[in-house]
Amino acid sequence: MDMEIEAYLRPPEAEMAPYPAKVITLATGKKLVVRQVDRDAVPTLLEAVMPTLQVERDFYDIVGARLYSELLGWYRYRVRDEFCLIGQIDGFLVGIVNSRMFSPDLGISLHTLAIERGMRIGAHLFAAKMEHHIEYLGQEEVLITAESPIGFRRWMIEYNLEKREGQHELGGATPFALTRDLYFRNKERLVAGERPVPPELMGIAEREIVVANEDDILEKILGARRREVQ
Amino acid sequence: MRPVVISGAGMIPFERRDEDSLIDMLSMAGLKAMDDAGFGERPVDALYVGNMASGLFNHQVSVASAVVDRLNLLPAAADRIENGPASGGSAVKNGFLAVASGYADAVLVIGGEKMREVIGPRATDIVACMTHPQAEYIYGVTLPAMAGMFAQVYMDKYGVTPEHLAMVSIKNQDNGILNPYAHIQMKITMEGILTHPQAHINNPVVADPLHLYDCCPVSDGAAAVLLTTQELAKELGRPIVEIAGVAQATDTHTLQERQDPTDLKAVTIASQKAFSMAGLEPSDIDVVELHDAFTILEIAESEHAGFFAKGEGAKAVEAGETQIGGSLPINTSGGLKARGHPVGATGVAQIVDLTWQLRGEAGERQVEDAANGFSLNFGGFGNNVLAFVLRRLS
Repeated sequence: MDMEIEAYLRPPEAEMAPYPAKVITLATGKKLVVRQVDRDAVPTLLEAVMPTLQVERDFYDIVGARLYSELLGWYRYRVRDEFCLIGQIDGFLVGIVNSRMFSPDLGISLHTLAIERGMRIGAHLFAAKMEHHIEYLGQEEVLITAESPIGFRRWMIEYNLEKREGQHELGGATPFALTRDLYFRNKERLVAGERPVPPELMGIAEREIVVANEDDILEKILGARRREVQ
Repeated sequence: MRPVVISGAGMIPFERRDEDSLIDMLSMAGLKAMDDAGFGERPVDALYVGNMASGLFNHQVSVASAVVDRLNLLPAAADRIENGPASGGSAVKNGFLAVASGYADAVLVIGGEKMREVIGPRATDIVACMTHPQAEYIYGVTLPAMAGMFAQVYMDKYGVTPEHLAMVSIKNQDNGILNPYAHIQMKITMEGILTHPQAHINNPVVADPLHLYDCCPVSDGAAAVLLTTQELAKELGRPIVEIAGVAQATDTHTLQERQDPTDLKAVTIASQKAFSMAGLEPSDIDVVELHDAFTILEIAESEHAGFFAKGEGAKAVEAGETQIGGSLPINTSGGLKARGHPVGATGVAQIVDLTWQLRGEAGERQVEDAANGFSLNFGGFGNNVLAFVLRRLS
């Protein structure tokens, strides 16, 4: 690699406060550990994202493809000031969210991918992402768009987001914004989690990010249609 | 009247079925029922399709005409039966009458709805079309809202607690895990939906005091039964389940006109008439399918149908009596709460589940030695109710 050229291609990195891990008790009673991961985790995360590229339902293929490229870009130093949070249950990876800082005041929400469905894992991870932008990175507002109706319902409607002029950098639908004020107004209703994560739970989560096999991931996303029924 | 028996029963998994049209779903369920009976090329005299709102959900009407052709049952008579969420039950009742009266020897009854073609709020609005247009709908009443108001009053009057409602939800979701046809296959816990300080985020209020996990999901699905004479059933050689009692009763369109809004008169009357026709008592029943579109309804219906005294239904839930293995298992299929509630399908699906129970074919959710079953299909908000008593004959 020509490091002289690489120095031009590699974006500068801003100082970003870390996201403190938390644990959420799900409707199932299971404990969802939400924590930040660094670049080293990306190859493992990509294994989990790859199967979603073949799922048309709920635009998983588009979300998966874009998330794949964003994570890869971050891993290989082509995306600026990105962060990634993951959700794990008993060590298993059940969801991924990523985002980036556009400026000290403005965050750009990128993608939310739930591998386990029906337990608000996507919603909990999205809320954690907003928590990081507003509370730990100290940003004033986060720009958000959605590719799927589920995303629209979960973000734009549940948070009563404000419409914004212009474009989100994903180039999709009209962007909406979560302001600091909106975040705190919705926090009690939508942002879950307890800190610190008990050491035994954190230990399991950090020991290994376990990725389910491709069939299991597709089963989790597509649901019952893949079950064999008499 | 001639005895009417269920010679075949079939269902497709209830879920979100993006890939199938309503006609696909109805046809698949119908074929399953006929295959289950081993009906072969024998003629079906009539087809009744229970469906609430295909015109609104799917922009398609005359669905019975479409299905009778798709299944190559021509020239069988074909009708769509609409009675709100009790459309399936009404279709079974009409099939029963056709065979019982001697008008037909073999009637295929299919119930189905494809609701996930529209977004959730739109589905809620379509279902709300059954409310009184001037007295209820224009004020924004939806079925969850109505159930919420009913629950407030019922809980206050009879001491039902949020814990009782959560117990119903947990029980039915546990049962749903045992049912491969159930839409919701997820174990939930009291901590996760009620007692944890942040449980309100997992289980937000829908219509106070009802929360998300007190409400049935919006589902696609279809179920079917083949009703025949007893003679024809014997020829087919499948275990025979008789429809021993069928009854229907109605109540005022609006809730506000009822002297006591907690009194589900149509449930009581329909149940009593069905038991009377069957010559059975509630105490003779081994397994029950109730219309738990909302958890409070399972408790209220279990009392109004005569299984428990008023105010005792919640205590029975608390004591575990309504679990599989309890003295009166209710909603072993998962009920509407977990199996799902594609509105037109529900009344038929309840009969299918009971048939499997009475034949001993319910797999992991089987109630031991089940001989008599009861189902209740609750239309409107209790203004048009059907009750069925099924009996195993062989």
